[in-house]
Amino acid sequence: MREYGSARARAIPPSGIRRFFDLLLTMEDVISLGVGEPDFETPWNVAEAGIYAIEQGHTSYTSNKGLLSLRQAVARDLSMRYGISYDPEEEIVITSGVSEAADIAIRALVDPGDEVLVAEPSYVSYSPCVTLAGGRPVPVSCHEKDEFRLTPEGLMEKVTRKSRVLVMNFPNNPTGGIMGTDEINAIAEVVVDHDLLVISDEVYSELTYEGTHVAVASHPELWDRTITMNGFSKAYAMTGWRIGYLCAPKQISELALKIHQYVMLCAPIMGQMAAIEALRNGEEEKNAMVREYRHRRNFFVEGLNRIGLTCHLPRGAFYAFPSVASTGLSDLEFAERLLTEKQVAVVPGSVFGETGRDHLRCAYAVSREDLGTALKRMEEFLSGLSRE
Amino acid sequence: MDEKDHEILHLLEENGRLPLRELATSLALPEDEVEERIRAMEESRIIRKFTAVVDWERAGNSRVSAIIDLKIAPERDFGYDKIAERLARFRQVKALYLVSGVYDLQLLATGQDMNEVSRFVSEQIAPMDHIRETATHIIMKIYKENGNPFFEREGGERLPITF
Repeated sequence: MREYGSARARAIPPSGIRRFFDLLLTMEDVISLGVGEPDFETPWNVAEAGIYAIEQGHTSYTSNKGLLSLRQAVARDLSMRYGISYDPEEEIVITSGVSEAADIAIRALVDPGDEVLVAEPSYVSYSPCVTLAGGRPVPVSCHEKDEFRLTPEGLMEKVTRKSRVLVMNFPNNPTGGIMGTDEINAIAEVVVDHDLLVISDEVYSELTYEGTHVAVASHPELWDRTITMNGFSKAYAMTGWRIGYLCAPKQISELALKIHQYVMLCAPIMGQMAAIEALRNGEEEKNAMVREYRHRRNFFVEGLNRIGLTCHLPRGAFYAFPSVASTGLSDLEFAERLLTEKQVAVVPGSVFGETGRDHLRCAYAVSREDLGTALKRMEEFLSGLSRE
Repeated sequence: MDEKDHEILHLLEENGRLPLRELATSLALPEDEVEERIRAMEESRIIRKFTAVVDWERAGNSRVSAIIDLKIAPERDFGYDKIAERLARFRQVKALYLVSGVYDLQLLATGQDMNEVSRFVSEQIAPMDHIRETATHIIMKIYKENGNPFFEREGGERLPITF
């Protein structure tokens, strides 16, 4: 039979955990630690601003770049928090979430045949986006011994003459790893030496539990070769609103804008108006959510280590990434059996790249009560295993 | 008082029955230190009391509550304090505030039925010295109390697995 569809689309491998998904949908009484979004609702003042926007008849397109007042608020926020400055008129594009930003950023920078270095374990969309752009994704491993930071040695191992772009995401999904000033300085040299451009997904930046987030573009030699991506989903519990943004020097942001205007036209206006309210009056609720995540992290990670799943302390995002190596099961086997035998859903680490093998991604963006029950069930599962 | 104390207060304000062990691991502090901090905050009355937020209507006990606004003639040397302290001593008075605006004091009173509340206002409160005027608002339905919504709402549902 003739194969339909483009070679690029066909080149994207199907999800390795389809069977796991199907299994999950048949189960009842499942506690899911597999959810990659906050369990909080959008703060009411922010949601109310979105409702008000609709009531006032703000239901139209906006400028392709997004509302100027939102771009100005984003520029102020980035400058105040992370000391990076972008011109709201020319260097910021409001997107439909960071997912869209990642796609258009990659398409703006990658030509067929280019190699794109992707720091792994990584969020699942970067490599497929590279493949769709005709590029070749090249994983760069981040290891547990380095608290899952990207190191210059790791980069050097994979960089070639064909390398064009480095995609990185810190605080990291799925590991919770972060990059501080020293670590960014260390990779900056390699980036500059090999004339790489950087796409930095910093959507978890506000969920940094020790110290403050360091933006890649805050490095003086990296600003003009970096696309900074961020958004409202994680910090303000606004996943469903689909509002993110991309910032880069004019020459680059203009390219991304060209793609954005043809694929998305603009991000939804009511979401943009809600986002303005989030930046204006969302600080206190955001801080309360961050505080709660930090408490849950401490509680959950201590629990994981106590029951025998070794886990480094994730310093950002809302994921713990324990190792299952000591159990003798693969991450996929562990996840499947934990689900069927104890009704706890976690995501096998290998979904996030080869480096994630033998690990589990457990999101602690669930209630304390559920976290406690999940830990208890996991402990029972482990003691059952040790008797086998 | 430091940041850790504030965090303990935030956690206890949300759930006063949070087990000590969970409180300690959440804050990455040793249990005995957390225990000591709580004891110190109880002693200095930063923590006034551990209590329960009760929905009495669900408990089948339909008590009647009223918000009562009071205009007061302040006393020389004491201002509003003396009369406020007298008012606060009635067991029916659950809360009492000095407020800005048309009235001076605002109190929340609770009784077994309407009869008790109105007798309390007309016989105990209104005739007191220094009270010039009262306005009584009977509470007809509680939507939220102590930060807790009293109505049910179906929240949104998250997908069980997302990346």
